[in-house]
Amino acid sequence: MAHINLHNDLPGIRGLMEYSPETARPLNDLAEALLRADNSLSRGERELIATYVSSLNDCFFCQNVHGAIAGHYLNCDIPAIDAVKQDYLSAPLSAKMKALLGIAALVQKGGKQVTTAAITAATEAGATEKEIHDTVLIAAAFCMYNRYVDGMATWAPQNRQFYVDRAPQRAAEGYADYDLHK
Amino acid sequence: MPHIQLNESLPGIRALLAFSPHTAAPLGALANTLLRSDNGLTPAERELIGAYVSSLNDCFYCQHSHAAIASCYLSNNTELVNQVISNYHTAPVSGKLKALLCIAGKVQQSGRNVLPADIDNARAAGATEHDIHDTVLIAALFCLFNRYVDGLATVAPTDMNSYRQRAKQVAAMGYGSHVYTSQQP
Repeated sequence: MAHINLHNDLPGIRGLMEYSPETARPLNDLAEALLRADNSLSRGERELIATYVSSLNDCFFCQNVHGAIAGHYLNCDIPAIDAVKQDYLSAPLSAKMKALLGIAALVQKGGKQVTTAAITAATEAGATEKEIHDTVLIAAAFCMYNRYVDGMATWAPQNRQFYVDRAPQRAAEGYADYDLHK
Repeated sequence: MPHIQLNESLPGIRALLAFSPHTAAPLGALANTLLRSDNGLTPAERELIGAYVSSLNDCFYCQHSHAAIASCYLSNNTELVNQVISNYHTAPVSGKLKALLCIAGKVQQSGRNVLPADIDNARAAGATEHDIHDTVLIAALFCLFNRYVDGLATVAPTDMNSYRQRAKQVAAMGYGSHVYTSQQP
């Protein structure tokens, strides 16, 4: 049960967005700009960064929502996404993605944890300045979303297939202006 | 030196907002909605929560920027602002704000650290549901801002007067693209 009365029974961040539409709008616009707008990182790669940070923050709702969407874009199943969360260095990902996930993990601990060596490794693996910027901001943004979702003690469906079933719709509609009830 | 090439005349987050205007817009809208509202919590209380969380995250630029903005709203009572940041328990602020700062401190560690007892304490001290919601989201938002600013190693001015000058600009005009398109105070 959420810490406050949200006056709705929507799960996770959707319950919070229904409760507070004035903050929902920029929160969704930020997700749209970071995760869906044109970018040299694919939508799948960006959702994977979001998923990984959410798993480090132990946020069940966010890691399952974004893990399912990442799986949808990347044509892989949930066990494959789970394998990335557990050990991305052994996963079948590009060297660039591995370096960017390394930066995301440092951001999750704290901004000051990001070292010049981690940036150099990403640059040498082919990451552009914009890709490094976007990785840091996606990781930082999920340190916000995860804290919002769990800090308010929202509820999350426990059946992981729930998230897989919803992923194609979110991928098609995006985050900017969707119906929270559908 | 920043990790990516940024406009050297812009300090802290301002250089990042200029680097990426399409993400700057929703970040500015979030800041305006959460920090400039006087629905329940005052703008000063909101900025104090932001400055406190930034100090816990050891983000020099954000802490001093938002401490200075809070001071602007509090008739330049920087001593009060410094007391809240260094030890809010003994600061002359309301029991409600103390209980909300406690929640903000928990959010800074992890969302999962916020306990029903923390919420009960805030309610008993007079916090509304909306106050609690806004506190959690402000604290979460600063966990974003602080990581963004330090994660890309932006430059934080060491001239403390410059924070006061920029604070006046934000207190008067709010957050938005002017913070990176206009002359830096």
